[in-house]
Amino acid sequence: MSKVHVTTTVNGDAVEFLADPRETLLDCLRDHVGLTGTKEGCGTGDCGACSVEMEGVLVCSCLVLGVEANGKRVDTIEGMSDGHDLHPLQRKFIEHAALQCGFCTPGFLVAAKALLARSPDPTEEEVRYWLAGNLCRCTGYDKIVRAVMDAAAEMRQEAA
Amino acid sequence: MTDVMHNFELYQPASLADAQELLGDHDDAWIIAGGKDSLDWFKHRVKQPSVLVDIAAIPELHGIREEADGGLYIGAMTTLTEVAESDLVNARFPALAMAASKVASPQIRNAGTLGGNVAQDTRCTYYRDGFPCYRAGGNTCYANTPTAMNREHTLFEASRCVAVTPSDTGVALAALGATFHIQGRRRDREVSADEFFIGPDVDIERMTSLEHRDILLGIRVPGTWAGAHQYFEKVADRNAWDFALVNIAMAARMEGGAIAEVSMVCGAVQCTPRRLTDVESLIVGETPGEELETLVKRVASSGAKPLNYNHFKIPLMENLAARAVRSLV
Repeated sequence: MSKVHVTTTVNGDAVEFLADPRETLLDCLRDHVGLTGTKEGCGTGDCGACSVEMEGVLVCSCLVLGVEANGKRVDTIEGMSDGHDLHPLQRKFIEHAALQCGFCTPGFLVAAKALLARSPDPTEEEVRYWLAGNLCRCTGYDKIVRAVMDAAAEMRQEAA
Repeated sequence: MTDVMHNFELYQPASLADAQELLGDHDDAWIIAGGKDSLDWFKHRVKQPSVLVDIAAIPELHGIREEADGGLYIGAMTTLTEVAESDLVNARFPALAMAASKVASPQIRNAGTLGGNVAQDTRCTYYRDGFPCYRAGGNTCYANTPTAMNREHTLFEASRCVAVTPSDTGVALAALGATFHIQGRRRDREVSADEFFIGPDVDIERMTSLEHRDILLGIRVPGTWAGAHQYFEKVADRNAWDFALVNIAMAARMEGGAIAEVSMVCGAVQCTPRRLTDVESLIVGETPGEELETLVKRVASSGAKPLNYNHFKIPLMENLAARAVRSLV
């Protein structure tokens, strides 16, 4: 089938590309927009490595067709830091050594950011349930959860 | 392993009339809602429809409306997150809100829809891996052989195929007496959960009575159980993300300490949500308590025919039924 012209906003920038309808949003971000921070782990929604926000809603970009992003706002890991300073979540992941190989990290960060946007003071249980759709095969999660809790505390302080 | 999806033509109609016309023009058109189940099939190259009709842009399929009888009408494209977080659903049908909140992960619930959750295909690994089984049009069942792994399969109503319903919301909707609003080729119809979910004895290649050219428009939850005591519990290998090994939904009304009315449905034990009629008739008029729970456990799974590796589902089912009754104390 012929390609579809998709106009979208990625991390605040207007972006357009031609997508084959069978390409996922993940394929489009990586191959057409050149943003390779978003990873493909499983391709079936199990691992969350491809997490992005579409219209402010956390989704697995591997299970969204690229053409579905037409006219919508997409936010990826590349838009997380302001270009100068790291986002508090990113800093806390480093401080707590909440990553080893790093492949799952962009997905965890995007998912954690979405959590803190809706629940700035989450309990540990809430964090664990929210991140249940993100798999990490290195760290065992405790460090990730601690990093998210710590970042949440810092962000609450900054906001106060 | 997943692959690049096959080539397909994608249509994104903005009206129901256009969607119907597209379905009429293409015999193997596949309706895609949130795409969580569909894309999984395509990426495994097991199903390869040449035409996809994405119904996301049709406005009347979205949203939750109040009904005159105290019930709710939920558009098929309403996401599971919207169902789980809706004040209306939580106030009237907490069992449904709870069921929706227990599906998969936030990412999946944010894009997955209520219509897609009830219409999704079964999770039998042999079937999903593309084995040419009965359900796939073949002439054998790979899940019911002496060496097959079938710990997730049926206890009841197997008929050649031993796959179970994977839906959490379907079980809650069945317990709440919901009806499924379907637009067919010629007319609209509204069917109960009993008619919507079908077993392999009715049609071994489908999980629901939806046929080609049928569009599930929405689900009507009648006011019958609005505000009544409700219960939902799901047991899975993981405490989050996973499909149910067994789940249960119950709605009940008490009168003077005794159970006046009750509706109880179990999921993942047969191809359709299973109404526990034996338990229902046993406990109506009775007072919940330890004694009643013991009796409930005796009848909850009566008639179960476990396969090689799923005997554990029997105590699981019995305990869930007892726990539902305990929630009435």
